[in-house]
Amino acid sequence: MLGKLNLHALLHGPIVAGAQISILLGSLAVIGLLFYFKRWKWLWKEWLTSVDPKKIGVMYIIAALLMLLRGASDAGMMRAQQALSSGSSHGFLASDHFQQILTAHGTIMIFFVAMGLMFGILNLVVPQQIGGRDVAFPFMNSVSFWLFIAGLVLINCSLLIGEIGATGWLAYPPLSELSYSPGVGVDYWIWALQIAGIGSLLSGINFLVTIIKMRCKGMTLMKMPVFLWSVVGAMMLVIFAFPILTATLAMLSLDRTLGMHFFTSDFGGNPMMYVNLIWAWGHPEVYILILPAFGIFSEIVPTFSQKRLFGYTSMVWAIAAITFLSFTVWLHHFFTMGAGANVNAFFGIMTMVIAVPTGVKVFNWLFTMYRGRIHLTTPMLWFLGFVVTFTLGGVTGVLMSVPAIDFQVHNSLFLVAHFHTMIVGGVVFGYFAGLTYWFPKIFGFKLNERLGRYAFWCWFVGFLLAFVPLYILGLMGATRRLDHYDASMGWQGLFIVAGVGVAVIGLGIGFQVLQLLVSIKQRKSNLDTTGDPWNGRTLEWATSSPPPFYNFAILPEVTERDAFWAMKHDKTPAAKPHYQPIRMPKNTGAGVFVGGFACLFGFSFIWHIWWGAVVGLVGVIVTLIVRLQSDDTEYTVSVAEIEKIEAARPHKGYA
Amino acid sequence: MSKKAKAALFAVGLVLVVGLAALYFSRHSLAVLAPKGVVALKERNLIIGTSILSLAVVVPVFVLLFVIVWKYRVTNPKKSAYTPDWDHSRILESIWWGLPCAIILVLAVVAWKSSYDLDPYKTLASSTRPLTIQVVALQWRWLFIYPEQNIATVNFFQFPQNTPLNFQITADAPMNSFWIPQLGGQIYAMAGMTTQLHLMANQTGTFRGVSANISGAGFAGMHFTAKSSSAADFDAWVQSVKRAHHHLSADEYRALARPNLDNRTIYYSSKDPGLYDTVEMKFMTPPPGLTSPSDIDTVPADAHTMNMQGMDMGHGSTY
Repeated sequence: MLGKLNLHALLHGPIVAGAQISILLGSLAVIGLLFYFKRWKWLWKEWLTSVDPKKIGVMYIIAALLMLLRGASDAGMMRAQQALSSGSSHGFLASDHFQQILTAHGTIMIFFVAMGLMFGILNLVVPQQIGGRDVAFPFMNSVSFWLFIAGLVLINCSLLIGEIGATGWLAYPPLSELSYSPGVGVDYWIWALQIAGIGSLLSGINFLVTIIKMRCKGMTLMKMPVFLWSVVGAMMLVIFAFPILTATLAMLSLDRTLGMHFFTSDFGGNPMMYVNLIWAWGHPEVYILILPAFGIFSEIVPTFSQKRLFGYTSMVWAIAAITFLSFTVWLHHFFTMGAGANVNAFFGIMTMVIAVPTGVKVFNWLFTMYRGRIHLTTPMLWFLGFVVTFTLGGVTGVLMSVPAIDFQVHNSLFLVAHFHTMIVGGVVFGYFAGLTYWFPKIFGFKLNERLGRYAFWCWFVGFLLAFVPLYILGLMGATRRLDHYDASMGWQGLFIVAGVGVAVIGLGIGFQVLQLLVSIKQRKSNLDTTGDPWNGRTLEWATSSPPPFYNFAILPEVTERDAFWAMKHDKTPAAKPHYQPIRMPKNTGAGVFVGGFACLFGFSFIWHIWWGAVVGLVGVIVTLIVRLQSDDTEYTVSVAEIEKIEAARPHKGYA
Repeated sequence: MSKKAKAALFAVGLVLVVGLAALYFSRHSLAVLAPKGVVALKERNLIIGTSILSLAVVVPVFVLLFVIVWKYRVTNPKKSAYTPDWDHSRILESIWWGLPCAIILVLAVVAWKSSYDLDPYKTLASSTRPLTIQVVALQWRWLFIYPEQNIATVNFFQFPQNTPLNFQITADAPMNSFWIPQLGGQIYAMAGMTTQLHLMANQTGTFRGVSANISGAGFAGMHFTAKSSSAADFDAWVQSVKRAHHHLSADEYRALARPNLDNRTIYYSSKDPGLYDTVEMKFMTPPPGLTSPSDIDTVPADAHTMNMQGMDMGHGSTY
């Protein structure tokens, strides 16, 4: 009846029990509050069933920020263990537990923080920036989100019930095969990623089609804001890369469930094939995350320099080049697997070549600021911090792209420091900049600047403290994922500094939480009544903050690149608006059900509860069929209603 | 805080950081940057050369960043030029497409040449006859087999200086990586196949070797010692190992290969002939009794259970 599930799955010692209890109490508190304020109906009707990208975006971001808290506490535990566990001391975590934590940290940070923030920002910004009302497939957008949540629930379920794999975040076989990892941990990892990954693929299709097909009149491709170009690149990568992940995870799952031998050491299986496949997805994944961050900076720098983006055409071609090249470098993740010199050299050189378009972008941003009027707001601080960290990360990246150098730093903490430089200093700084920048658009008030600056400085200083020691440790021969080392190595001091760095980053996160609370409390004094708090350049600033659910009462027309900037400087008086009825998609609970059934399917499959897996799978299929059979998925907003909404808005914007 | 106080605080902080760093590095060496072998030396030089070359981009970026932000910040009392519509310059953009391309061109040549020069599979030129050492990554120890000397050791191996070492590496365990930072770069150890690594120490000394790829619970404790000595000392050491009277038979090997956190040194005075090949090939051939593909489903399951039963996870004292 319950497959492999039994009471032992719940018991894992005091540290996990603490996490379990806090998750349970937290959930109970939320449920209690919803009952107390009688908000269930509101939650269901206004949020969970919504197909409005603005609301889906907000839900993505809330989920991702919650996961950031979890990923960061994992990081804190790892560094605390490493700071303590030297010589005769073995710290407070057993090896197996430590390795589970590092797996969870990597998986959660990439799939549920970075991806969640990215799709959240895309949902918030893309429809408005193309001068549109929605994404191409609103229901599919909801399904994508709920598949993301299903994966997120599963990965957190592994903390409550059972375990997560002790294999590292990419679960290389044969370690991740049944012979070495017989528990449910790797299965949790597989199914959380599999389900969330399918959601990501659907989102990729959705946003690419949205940008290609739904831009407002006059916005030709070369008049799109560079953020949209970066999203085009990233979504093409999603579409090409995520099927590889899906297939790879499916094969690993077949190995583990049906005793097949795709990646086992014996019976003709080939673990090296897995390593190739997972990186054929994994390297583009890095660019899937970083390209939108580049796009965000390409919006922020011109806005806060009050100057056009420098070298637009260069920027677009740089994005195109990065998109293409990101599929030609995957082998640099395993130069040490014994490929020949010419294979290694080829992939090494392709890796270096990627540095060229990336460098071009940095110079273009610098010259966007040149002869501008630079406002050093929080988003700009994140940008400046990004340039510093990203340049350093670029140098260490080019170092490691030389295969003979990689042999000496691969799998060491030098490598760990390098990719954190890129992911924290690039992706995370970029997304924080974007969140701060677009926050007033979505919520109608600005975030507190002072606390934002404190948060930035904590993150920046904490980042240097946390990762510069790791570069040094790597050169000292310290490998990654060590839960213990000999005191004679002399590493402890540096590990303590790194731990302090993580604590400083934690302080930064604390300031961000405080910033949010204070900003909500003081929202009256930070209201954005103009819809254009930063003197922006692109169409999202043309509507009010927050925008009405249809974004634009009359769809804008574009004649120039910085469309809204041009509108603001166009002196011809606006004609009296002539509204027309608007077709909008209806809210639907089908996405929630798809996510719920997918979660049931994943959970049941992990624990071999076969009846549950069947119910889950059939549930997903039936829900989709029922929903897709329905013709009643849209409704019309009448002119009278639009006039009423427009009259009530604080500011009508320009469109 | 006044500007002066801020500057003073910054200066004190800087001095403190530099001082602490100097103190730290006076006591500890960076293994990768303190090579004791020909391969590691070349790799160290590559690291330094490439870093210096990258400064050609890093320095301009940092200088430009600081100067531009300082000069064009809106709060600058000296109003600088403002050209809100200036967004293109063919010359400037050519420079920053061209300059990185030129640097990458140089680096590409470096990468290509060094990939061949430092290919781990390439034998090292020397007038001395090379020494072959076969390496097996286990859970969680390293077995070293000397086929010519007919001895084997665990977690320690000795070799003569200035002698090319030909490593043949396999695993009877999850994928691992064999790395002696002071002698040169690493290579993966994988079950059912052999990878090669060629290193040579140019002085005597004891070097730390590590397992660089996560391989299960005992991963952190899975390191070994590589000792470079004079040729005479090496021969004496081989003789001393041969006196150990400890034969590495197939049975003895099976016991050794069970998951175990014990990382003490073991010497075997002799070994079964062809042991390394047997270990490598056992993943390539079906277990005895398996004749048709339909048997495959049942056999590995049993094999896995037996494998796991041998795990001795409670061996906490052997770290």
